[in-house]
Amino acid sequence: MTTPGFGIYVHWPFCRSKCPYCDFNSHVRAEIDEARWRRALLGDLTHAATLTPRRRVTSIFFGGGTPSLMDPRTTAAVIDKIAALWPVAEDVEISLEANPNSVEAQRFRGFRAAGVNRVSLGIQSLVPADLSFLGRTHDVDEAKAAIAIATATFERFSFDLIYARPGQTTASWAAELREALDRAVGHLSLYQLTIEPGTAFHNSYARGNFALPDDELAGALYEQTQAFLADVGMPAYEISNHALPGQESRHNLTYWRYDDYVGVGPGAHGRLSIAGEKIATTCHRSPEAWLSAVETVGHGLDSQIAVAPDERLIEVLMMGLRLAEGIEVDRFVNELGRQPAAALNPKGLALMIDLGFITLDSRHLKATVDGRQRLNSVLEQLLP
Amino acid sequence: MTNLSHIRNFSIIAHIDHGKSTLADRLIQFCGGLEAREMKEQVLDSMDIERERGITIKAQTVRLNYTAKDGQKYVLNLMDTPGHVDFAYEVSRSLAACEGSLLVVDASQGVEAQTLANVYQAIDANHEIVPVLNKIDLPAAEPDRVKQQIEDVIGLDAADAVEISAKTGLNIEGVLEALVARLPAPVGDDEAPLKALLVDSWYDAYLGVVILVRVKDGVLKSGQKLRMMATGASHTVERVGVFTPKPITTGELRPGEIGFITAGIKAVADTKVGDTLTEERNPALEPLPGFKPVIPVVFCGLFPIDAADYEHLRESLGKLRLNDASFEAEAETSAALGFGFRVGCLGLLHLEIIQERLTREFNLDLITTAPSVVYDIYLNHDGGMLQLHNPADMPDPSKIERIEEPWIKATILVPDEYLGTILALCTERRGQQIDLTYAGNRAMLVYRLPLNEVVFDFYDRLKSVSRGYASFDYQMDGYEPGDLVVMNILVNHEPVDALSTIVHRSQADMRGRAMVGRLKDLIPQQLFQIPIQAAIGARVIARETIKALRKDVLAKCYGGDISRKRKLLDKQKEGKKRMRQFGKVDIPQTAFLAALRMGDD
Repeated sequence: MTTPGFGIYVHWPFCRSKCPYCDFNSHVRAEIDEARWRRALLGDLTHAATLTPRRRVTSIFFGGGTPSLMDPRTTAAVIDKIAALWPVAEDVEISLEANPNSVEAQRFRGFRAAGVNRVSLGIQSLVPADLSFLGRTHDVDEAKAAIAIATATFERFSFDLIYARPGQTTASWAAELREALDRAVGHLSLYQLTIEPGTAFHNSYARGNFALPDDELAGALYEQTQAFLADVGMPAYEISNHALPGQESRHNLTYWRYDDYVGVGPGAHGRLSIAGEKIATTCHRSPEAWLSAVETVGHGLDSQIAVAPDERLIEVLMMGLRLAEGIEVDRFVNELGRQPAAALNPKGLALMIDLGFITLDSRHLKATVDGRQRLNSVLEQLLP
Repeated sequence: MTNLSHIRNFSIIAHIDHGKSTLADRLIQFCGGLEAREMKEQVLDSMDIERERGITIKAQTVRLNYTAKDGQKYVLNLMDTPGHVDFAYEVSRSLAACEGSLLVVDASQGVEAQTLANVYQAIDANHEIVPVLNKIDLPAAEPDRVKQQIEDVIGLDAADAVEISAKTGLNIEGVLEALVARLPAPVGDDEAPLKALLVDSWYDAYLGVVILVRVKDGVLKSGQKLRMMATGASHTVERVGVFTPKPITTGELRPGEIGFITAGIKAVADTKVGDTLTEERNPALEPLPGFKPVIPVVFCGLFPIDAADYEHLRESLGKLRLNDASFEAEAETSAALGFGFRVGCLGLLHLEIIQERLTREFNLDLITTAPSVVYDIYLNHDGGMLQLHNPADMPDPSKIERIEEPWIKATILVPDEYLGTILALCTERRGQQIDLTYAGNRAMLVYRLPLNEVVFDFYDRLKSVSRGYASFDYQMDGYEPGDLVVMNILVNHEPVDALSTIVHRSQADMRGRAMVGRLKDLIPQQLFQIPIQAAIGARVIARETIKALRKDVLAKCYGGDISRKRKLLDKQKEGKKRMRQFGKVDIPQTAFLAALRMGDD
């Protein structure tokens, strides 16, 4: 069994502006008292350490929001606090999400100095019109410049693109992907545009202001992406994530392998194994509510609930089958106390194996390439 | 003979919306049967469905006390009858209880098909018919044209038609005077043995079964021991009375009178419409003519959408039968739809009413399979004949000598600009033209049609191709052999029993293509491709393929998303529980519901 990871997620909830596709917990505020926020993050971490004493930290992830808006001194304080509260692995991965605006790119050296060794840039598109459709405030030149700075500053970096956009064809996407690959170093996240409830796109799409590629074209774009990236040696290790071998995001692997992680900051979630139970933690979602909770009761947790056994099975499957490596049978048994064949719907499992969407041997339960592409329907069949 | 010269018994014949119920309301008001504060619209239609749809399902009577212009006092008995062909037998019994009819025609719309069928029945019952032109106050009224039409189409003298407006109350007295002057008084003998016609019956929560009767001879009194001549059952009369329309106990009913009795009867099924009541002690020798049991002609399956409602459906059907003994229900099991009932009705409207009452009064969500008719299956080697109510019960074709199907004689009235499309529709439905005549700019078509073609979606098509202007009515017209086959629908090579239908061979291709085309849009894409086929025996006559799902996955799923996305998956799983499995294929119940809904093509 591979060594379990233990990650710490830190949420910075602020953005300059809200992107129309984004349903993350992000907020636009004219001004914030950063010192106060820094103290609160450190306080919440201190509390989290009492729940997970002596766990060895394998990754730290600053997500948002836009954590690149953070003062690098805050980043440094958080990293130092973590090192004071828990033992930290020598090769710890410390990632930070960044916007490719020129102002933020100037801070990259500061983040590097604070200990960040990997950035993930929200490039989203290399087509000017599509950048403005997606509500991004940077332009293509800024994006390219930010990529160059990131490449020079950090040992590892990744960037995101959003595809299956209105009007996109397999030909235009191929051209854009080729350009992206010229600049990629080891890792790329390629997401299909999804319309999420509560976003500006949700309303606008419902009113018919734009159309998305139909399922057939979306399927073709997905298949094209898989083939293209596999060809250049960056196969998908997860449904929307591609990396050269060894360049995978260790923090995100922790989620997908259903290992433990701490979540601090507004709306952050955690999963902690405590006395045989899997505890789901949730922090207060609104930034102000979280801040005042930490200041008054010493932590930002809104709830801590043990995940029920049937829900735990769903979580293990829905996360693990996203990975090309699948789910290690040993981990599965460790987590759920039963063999996959005993825990899953036997008819559905047989059918999925028969149709070539799932493979199961003594070491791994895996979704095949075709199975991952249709994972929702596959999961529906596997669940009892 | 007893002197009955001050009694008049009459019914009202009218097309839906031509004002029958409004006229009845006005007559009651004029004769003082109800105080103003007791009046509401459609006094005689007591069921919600009757009021809303403007139809009458159960017969009702009212005794009107009228002092005529000649100073004499008359008793006028109004018999309000169901107007629809599904209840033709009840109508004929109601008519048999009267000596005359008011024929109410909308002065702007003219005669409609339904009016025709009923007026012919009234003529057959030897009724004196008084034409009444209603809505004479409307600007579009054309009394002269409509009078001419009555003469041309029905052959009645309409010169003395009474022109009224039931809505405003105009000339209601003219109607009452015409009834007194033109209708014959009933005849009967109060010394003779009792003979009373059972016109209708219904269940009342307080009184038990209430029977509506017309006394022909003798006197019906409370305390008498009665015998039903067709069923042989005996009952002791409890209450005897009349409706004004409020029930008033009179203690007796004499010859020529119409009223109600109760006799401690528990179920409507024990009272056969058309039966003759006589006195046990002094029975009549011969019953009144015309009794026949009613037989369901249209059958369909009713299944609860939620399987847990099966018991509730069973009890609800039982309660409905307390009040309506003319439908049948027997338990049925379907692989597609689970446990339910096969219900036999007098016609499509009757079927619709039963469904609607189950939905509304008993709060049931139901799936209804395509209606089918009763086929007579003659087996080889003198194996006898069996009556087929359900396509699923069809014997092996090699054992069948021939299949006979019911035909109807249909009358269609339509403005002549739509004649062409209606003729095409009738031809497409295997119709045989009997007659085509004109009255003004309206054509009257008489066609023989197989009932099976009519239950499919004929009404809806007729309405849509004539923009609602065609009116239609029919009567049963015997059985004839037909080249009929069972068409099965296979989803991923598995037959779906609920979708099997019996069709004429010439229609099979068209129906098959329509059904598989519809299912293609209704069954969600799955992880593999799904052929949908229509087949007769082993021969596939239509085929569509649902392509396999190409992509179905969340683009993003990270640590913060787990709980929320797990809930999505839970919801998806719940949805799957509402599906029926056919081999590997999950079919949502909504797909059956939509596939079985008729007339949306």
